[in-house]
Amino acid sequence: MTIEELIAARRAEPWREALRKSKKNKERTDIPRVKMNELDPEYRSHTRLEEVNLGLTKEQAMQEAGRCLDCPNPTCMQGCPVNINIPTFIKNIERGEFLEAAKTLKETSALPAVCGRVCPQEKQCESKCIHLKMGKEAVAIGYLERFAADYERESGNISVPEIAEKNGIKIAVVGSGPAGLSFAGDMAKRGYDVTVFEALHEIGGVLKYGIPEFRLPNKIVDVEIDGLRKMGVQFEKDCIVGKTISYEDLRTDGFKGIFVASGAGLPNFMNIPGENLVGVMSSNEYLTRVNLMDAANPESDTPVLQGKKVAVIGGGNTAMDSVRTARRLGAERAMIVYRRSEEEMPARLEEVKHAKEEGVEFMTLHNPVEYIGDERGRVKQMRLQKMELGEPDASGRRRPVPIEGAIETIDVDEVIVSVGVSPNPLIPRAFEGLEVSKKGTIVVEEDSMRSALSDVYAGGDIVRGGATVILAMGDGRKAAAAMDADLRGKA
Amino acid sequence: MNKIVSKEHFSANVVKLEVEAPLIARSRKAGHFVIVKVGEKGERIPLTIAGADTVKGTITLVIQAVGGSSRKICELNEGDYITDVVGPLGQATHIEKVGTVVCAGGGVGVAPLLPIVEAFHKAGNRVIVVLAARTKDLIILEEQMRQNSDEVIIMTDDGSYGTKGLVTNGVESVINREKVDLCVTIGPAIMMKFVSALTKKYEIPTVASLNTIMVDGTGMCGACRITVGGKTRFVCVDGPEFDAHQVDFDEMIMRLGAYKDIEKK
Repeated sequence: MTIEELIAARRAEPWREALRKSKKNKERTDIPRVKMNELDPEYRSHTRLEEVNLGLTKEQAMQEAGRCLDCPNPTCMQGCPVNINIPTFIKNIERGEFLEAAKTLKETSALPAVCGRVCPQEKQCESKCIHLKMGKEAVAIGYLERFAADYERESGNISVPEIAEKNGIKIAVVGSGPAGLSFAGDMAKRGYDVTVFEALHEIGGVLKYGIPEFRLPNKIVDVEIDGLRKMGVQFEKDCIVGKTISYEDLRTDGFKGIFVASGAGLPNFMNIPGENLVGVMSSNEYLTRVNLMDAANPESDTPVLQGKKVAVIGGGNTAMDSVRTARRLGAERAMIVYRRSEEEMPARLEEVKHAKEEGVEFMTLHNPVEYIGDERGRVKQMRLQKMELGEPDASGRRRPVPIEGAIETIDVDEVIVSVGVSPNPLIPRAFEGLEVSKKGTIVVEEDSMRSALSDVYAGGDIVRGGATVILAMGDGRKAAAAMDADLRGKA
Repeated sequence: MNKIVSKEHFSANVVKLEVEAPLIARSRKAGHFVIVKVGEKGERIPLTIAGADTVKGTITLVIQAVGGSSRKICELNEGDYITDVVGPLGQATHIEKVGTVVCAGGGVGVAPLLPIVEAFHKAGNRVIVVLAARTKDLIILEEQMRQNSDEVIIMTDDGSYGTKGLVTNGVESVINREKVDLCVTIGPAIMMKFVSALTKKYEIPTVASLNTIMVDGTGMCGACRITVGGKTRFVCVDGPEFDAHQVDFDEMIMRLGAYKDIEKK
């Protein structure tokens, strides 16, 4: 059955038809979009671990689900990199069958509770919602996804997706972040014997070391990983493919396909004076200390600087995560320093809104040019160049240009540099025969995610250079479909 | 979880552990390091591998108790488990026949120097080892060094063993009597800084193996960054060995003190 046929068949089920007819479209579009319940901003800016978004109640979720028009040609699905059957899960929520809704999510997504929290839905599914064409706000697909996934988890009735008969073919996954987990889930469903190798001491990749607890609690990630374990996926932590074991070792051990999802490795710095002063660090380091190592917990052996005047350089989601973390760790002044204007910021609107509510200052059109240290080499000031917007650049955004002579000096005791990452060089160095771009990303065929080595596929940030959880998961799904087809072709 | 199969005290604060890690034992080369973490809430710290036994499937680590986390490792006993050991990390030492190699080690830096001494000796080089310590009791691995080199020179600050003086005095005495083609130095940053300054004066190519603060050890965090020849480099993936004459040791020493004030006990 094609996706279109499946959509049509499900939409034609009697309960769905009845539900559709139970309300006029006008009634549905007149319902205002639900607002996410959130922790109080003042309270949450001082609590390190509590999640900001509290989720929807059953009533809120069912009402929001009632806004969905159950379109015959659901454009929202085109906006979902993992092809979640969006109307089916939403209509299940509307009729109160929350566990069914969760099952629908799991058909194509290995991490629904994660996606429901961290996906930029406004750029994905929700950007294609029919409501937008009618001048209304999109259905809150992301909130509903989170609701269904959370409901299932809290109910204790966690379903395990159907697994095809085991085919005995061994598949290796390098990295346990979103791309790797999504791939692993899809291959396990197809009956493969999947082992995920993780370099760190925790499974989950960026979901664990990168995204803070207040946005994505680790225990939620762990439940999704447990789900994969129940599907037969095996995890090997503390094992670096390319170092601990080689590509040749994997082949000798009988792995017939390898999916490389080793993620974004090296943090970028700006190469300006004073950047190696004590107190200046990458967002990767800062967030890894706080999230993976739990460094702000007195029980943890790992230290972390807890500055009072913290500047975070950059305007992406990682920058927002860092600055909001700094606020929670006691920064009296937590600043975003961004060289363009707020309009060009790549961070999600929700993150920017949350940061502002929590008292984060936004110094847009400012660019650091130098950090100044004290006699012990600790950062004490930064010099910022004021900018203005010029002509659009290659990205289509207006290029920031320095305003001559407009330099400002600001006191800081911690600086977190969040200006992007470069791909991890470990794998490209260790897999002879891989084609690697100038930027260091692995070159793959777009449709199949297959690399220059016929049994090696790759996806996520090692291919994209720096993207989102959901795009990484989409890559995992695509690679799984292609690898499966290739292996069947060979059989 | 990696089992400690044997433990030996080199001195009051320095222990040698033999740890089960068959995959690492098989793939490691001279110059590689591992990241070790003790306990669920433990810190990840880098330790250079001092040796391996591929038959037993073990690696050797030599650790000096200097802070909370290294003390925790030193307190483990035979039969205990290290929660996490991952590696081998970093680039292996570039070994080739160059002629005469002086290997200068201080403190626990002597331990990771041993496999490098072995490798250069096996490659047909004349290898002269200079071991330095504050006092006689802190000189370690002397016998193993003797077995794998052409000569061992001992230097102690207090003159209680070997010649009284610093590691640089030992290295300079060799330079003054014969042609040296390469110097390799591992030890405290301040020691490597002075060895490097000395060999620079004599224009002898010198490699230093650096041990900086790291978190993941795989290139992700950038905590280990240093300046080499005016450029920022990552010790974990670009190193740990660098052209010592290009390393900004003062900056490295400053960065090593990043968490001095807040290190957890």
